[in-house]
Amino acid sequence: MRVQVNGEVREVSDQLKLSELVSELSLTPERVAIELNKRVVRRNQWAATMLADGDRIEIVHFVGGGGRQWAEGRRQ
Amino acid sequence: MSTAAAALTDHFEIANRTFHSRLIIGTGKYRSFDEMKAAHRASGAEMVTVAVRRVPLDRSSESFLDHLDPSLQILPNTAGCYSAEEAVRTARLAREALNTEWIKLEVIGDQTTLFPDNEQTLEAARVLVKEGFIVLPYFTDDLIMAKKLLDAGCPAVMPLAAPIGSGLGVQNPTNLRIMREQLPDARIIVDAGVGTASDAAIAMELGADAVLMNTAIAEASDAARMAQAMKLAIEAGRLAYLSGRMPRRLYASASSPTSGVVR
Repeated sequence: MRVQVNGEVREVSDQLKLSELVSELSLTPERVAIELNKRVVRRNQWAATMLADGDRIEIVHFVGGGGRQWAEGRRQ
Repeated sequence: MSTAAAALTDHFEIANRTFHSRLIIGTGKYRSFDEMKAAHRASGAEMVTVAVRRVPLDRSSESFLDHLDPSLQILPNTAGCYSAEEAVRTARLAREALNTEWIKLEVIGDQTTLFPDNEQTLEAARVLVKEGFIVLPYFTDDLIMAKKLLDAGCPAVMPLAAPIGSGLGVQNPTNLRIMREQLPDARIIVDAGVGTASDAAIAMELGADAVLMNTAIAEASDAARMAQAMKLAIEAGRLAYLSGRMPRRLYASASSPTSGVVR
């Protein structure tokens, strides 16, 4: 099925949990936060969250900031 | 009370936290992590801001937070958001990732000036306060907006001195003076536009509780040294404010007796 991750369309297996997507992307769970269809999914819920076709996922982390550094990778 | 003792007891509170440093700084635009860490140390700041961004998926990225001194309080911001909705979503993500209720709210209205969209800022502030966030909003130095943000439940307000990254210093001292006079109990933190030490001192002399800056330090040739300058400037400005300055006069007022001069 197709989901959108950080604005990019991604082909993933049909039965995929959010926690599995995080592993697939080689991300450190403690360093990121995830939003699924505009709702934050708490880390302890990732394993219980099944993705569906067309889902929009935003995965964010922290970067240096405090001023003009907004242009790159701005969330939609 | 001696000056040293006065400096030690001069603290301020936001929500449930006490701060001894009146300098809050950002983490952006430094040439290197080492430079950033040195500047943070020299500044004496107790709180630093970080931005929330999409994780790059095509390459591995180290955690930015690992480069921050663990004793610093991290204040996530909603930099880059152009609507209340984006800001609220960003704040919720930041809260989840950092396990903090604190959020520095920025909703920008225009790409060139990075001036805040006050209306969207107020809307986002109302939503976030209801959700239990400790909201520190960035806005233009407008007294009426300050009152609305405080009434909405923001424990502090952050009027800009000048556009973000402009280094112009306080452009409207009168506005800040009025704001301090009309809101004597409010926490007012001047944010954005500070360029050099005297700008920070002036902000404090106008009655600000603290100053937030990023570019002024990060883009100085010697960031750590400028951070130290800012620390001292903010202390000086605060002391001057507490000392009750002399009045300005149009004409001279002699300091020495006018009679008894040899002629």
